[in-house]
This record gives sequence, structure tokens and C-alpha cells, in this order.
Amino acid sequence: MAAEGGKIDPMHQFLVEPLFGNNLTVGGYNIAFTNSALWMVLTLAVIWLFMLGGMKRELVPGRWQAAVESVSGFISGMLRANVGPEGKKFTPYVFSLFMFILVANVMGMLPVGVVPGVHPFTVTSHFTVTGVLAILSFSIVLIVGFARHGLHFFSLFVPHGTPAVMLPLIVPIELISFLIRPFSLGLRLFVAMTAGHILMKVLAGFVIGGLNADAAWVAPVVSLPVFVLMVGISVLELLVCAIQAYVFALLTSLYLNDAVNLH
Amino acid sequence: MPQLDQILQTYASQIFWLLLVFGTIYFVIGKGMLSRVEKTMEDRDHRIAEDLAAAEHARVAAAETEHGWQDILEASKGDALRATQAAKEAVAKANASRLAEVDAALNAKIAEGEAAVQKALDAARGEIEGVANELAGDLVGRLSGAKVDAANISQTVKAVMGHA
Repeated sequence: MAAEGGKIDPMHQFLVEPLFGNNLTVGGYNIAFTNSALWMVLTLAVIWLFMLGGMKRELVPGRWQAAVESVSGFISGMLRANVGPEGKKFTPYVFSLFMFILVANVMGMLPVGVVPGVHPFTVTSHFTVTGVLAILSFSIVLIVGFARHGLHFFSLFVPHGTPAVMLPLIVPIELISFLIRPFSLGLRLFVAMTAGHILMKVLAGFVIGGLNADAAWVAPVVSLPVFVLMVGISVLELLVCAIQAYVFALLTSLYLNDAVNLH
Repeated sequence: MPQLDQILQTYASQIFWLLLVFGTIYFVIGKGMLSRVEKTMEDRDHRIAEDLAAAEHARVAAAETEHGWQDILEASKGDALRATQAAKEAVAKANASRLAEVDAALNAKIAEGEAAVQKALDAARGEIEGVANELAGDLVGRLSGAKVDAANISQTVKAVMGHA
């Protein structure tokens, strides 16, 4: 949140800034350690700390171990339900995906902005990040599909029982809907996180603007209701954080099912 | 929107750090830690299944033992019943033989007594006959003065007395 000339710019939160100078270049590419990279590393650290609780390996799990086991059981259950027994080997990937998106989403919601100079950054509100994850999932689907079925994988574009007359129409539609998957996968997460954070920042701007207004009636009439609304929206955003992570993991496992079992 | 405005300046950094971080998550956490968590869960499920199987086994064994115990109880009951039956029968037999013995002894005594009574009766009858012979001879002699011989009298008395 940056107050520029008394105004709050809801887009400032998405700004990527290099932290330790802008001069880390490898092969002509600038890979400076930015605030975005910092929050990715923080996400990694949080997931690692969380998983440490599952390393106790006790027969009767404590609370923390039970939490780790229920999350991993949730992901392996999802893969078993959507892909079948062969989905087990994709558990590490889908689990990493789910945990990364979930933790990154929730970390972006942390109220660390109360510390002066510290700004939370939502990694998943950047299309470069969600796009790479989507392309990763899509590539795995393609690789697994062609490795398992060879050119027969193209029969994915011919739904079961399609009349031959309909093929010229059905195949392009299926092909487009297949090729659009990485975009919808990446855009959905990016748009959901961006929209939620803009909404919250705009509402926060209303609260602060109302409190700073010259007229005394503005604060109780505008700021208070908007603040109450913000509390509700924050809860909703936390729900969206979890749902988007779930949707990304679920769609990835559904696409993997196409690749593994074809129809 | 910084996501689009900055894309040309930041894409390399974003992709590099994302791949680094996500690769670390995949290999260290997904492949390493997660598989150990899953191993723990599988071991636990295995252990629970084993324990359940052992419990079921023990239950079957207990049921079998109870069954055997029931059999033994049943057999013992039968034995006891047979033993009491045999004892009862033996007692009844002993009683019966003892009763028969006593009966025989009593019968012998009764027969002895009856024989004595018969003897006494015969003796008494013989005496009565002698007295009757004498008395009849005497009466005939006194009333008619005829002398009847003793053999005749004896025969007549016998006939009257029903001996013939």
C-alpha cells in the first residue's frame, strides 16, 4: 500500500522490485532477487516448516503430524479418486502445486503491512508465476499422454461414440478446449488473486479516506460500514485462497486422468 | 497493472526464482518429506490391519476354546449322570437281592411254621380219631350191647370225619 499524493494506489501491491540491486544477470537475463522471489522463498520455508511436523513419524500422531497427514491424505485421496491407482506417482507434483499455491495465497493475505516498510506480496497474483505453473501442469499432461499412448493420445479429441459426420466439427472444438487449458488454469488463479487484492485495497482506501476526510460525518457513515464489509471480504478471500489452490490441483489431476486413462 | 507493465523487465527473474523454489519444493518436500509422511501413514494402516487380523484370530481362538470347554462340560455332565445312574442301579440291585434274601428267609420260616401247624393238626386229628373210635365203640356197646370190632368202628369214624 503506497500513499502517493494522499491517494492509495491499489496496483502498487503488485509491483515487483529488486531487493539487493538490479544487477544479477545470467546469460543476458536479469534474475535479480526481487520482493516476489523473497515471498516465494518464504513460501518454501513455511511449507518446509509445516512438513517438519510430519517427520516425527509417530504411530499415534500429534496434532501437527495429524495436520500434515490429513493434507497429504487429502491430495493422495484426490488423485486416487480422479486418476485411479496410477495417480499415486503424481502425488508429489500435485501436492507441491497445492501447497505452493495455498501457502502463497494465504501469505499474501498476511497483515504484515502493519510493520512500517514491510509489504506483503502475493506471488500467485502474477501471470508470470501462475502461467509457468499452468504450463508445467500442461507439459506433464502432454508428456505423460504421449509417453503412454503415443499418437493414440490424439483420440482424446474424439469423444466416445461420436458419429463420423460430426468429426470435422468435434475435433477442432475438442482441440481448442484442450489447448485453452493452460491459459484458463493460469488465468483463473491470477485473476482471482489480483481481483481480490484490488478489491480489498480499494475498500481499505475508502476506510482511510473516510477517516482523513474534512467533514466529520464521513468517518462513521463511510469508513465504519466499509470496514465491516472488509472483515467479511477478508474471510471470503481466505476461502478463495483455499478454493483456488484446490481448483488448480483438482484440474491438474483431472487433466492427468485424461493423459493416463484417455477416456 | 504492474503484472503486464513490468512483464518484460521481470519475467526472467520471476520464472527463474519460481522454478528454483518450486523445484526445491517438488524434490525436497514432494519427493522427500511427503513420501516419508505417506510411508508413515501406510505403515500405520498396515499395523492397524495387522492388529485387527490378530484380534480376529484371537476372537476365533477364544470361541474355539469356549466351544471345547462347552464340550468338556457336556461330557462331564454326561459322565456324572452315568455315574449316578450306575450307583442308583447298583443300590437298587443290592436292595432287590437283599429283599429277595430276606423274603426267602421269611418264606422258609413261614413254611416251617405252616408245616409245624399241619403236623400239630394231624396229630390232633389222629388223637381225635382215636378218642372218637373209643367213644364210638363204647357208645355202641352201651346202647345196643353189640360188640362191634374195632376195625369196623375205625372205618366208620374215618368216613364220618371225611377221611374215608
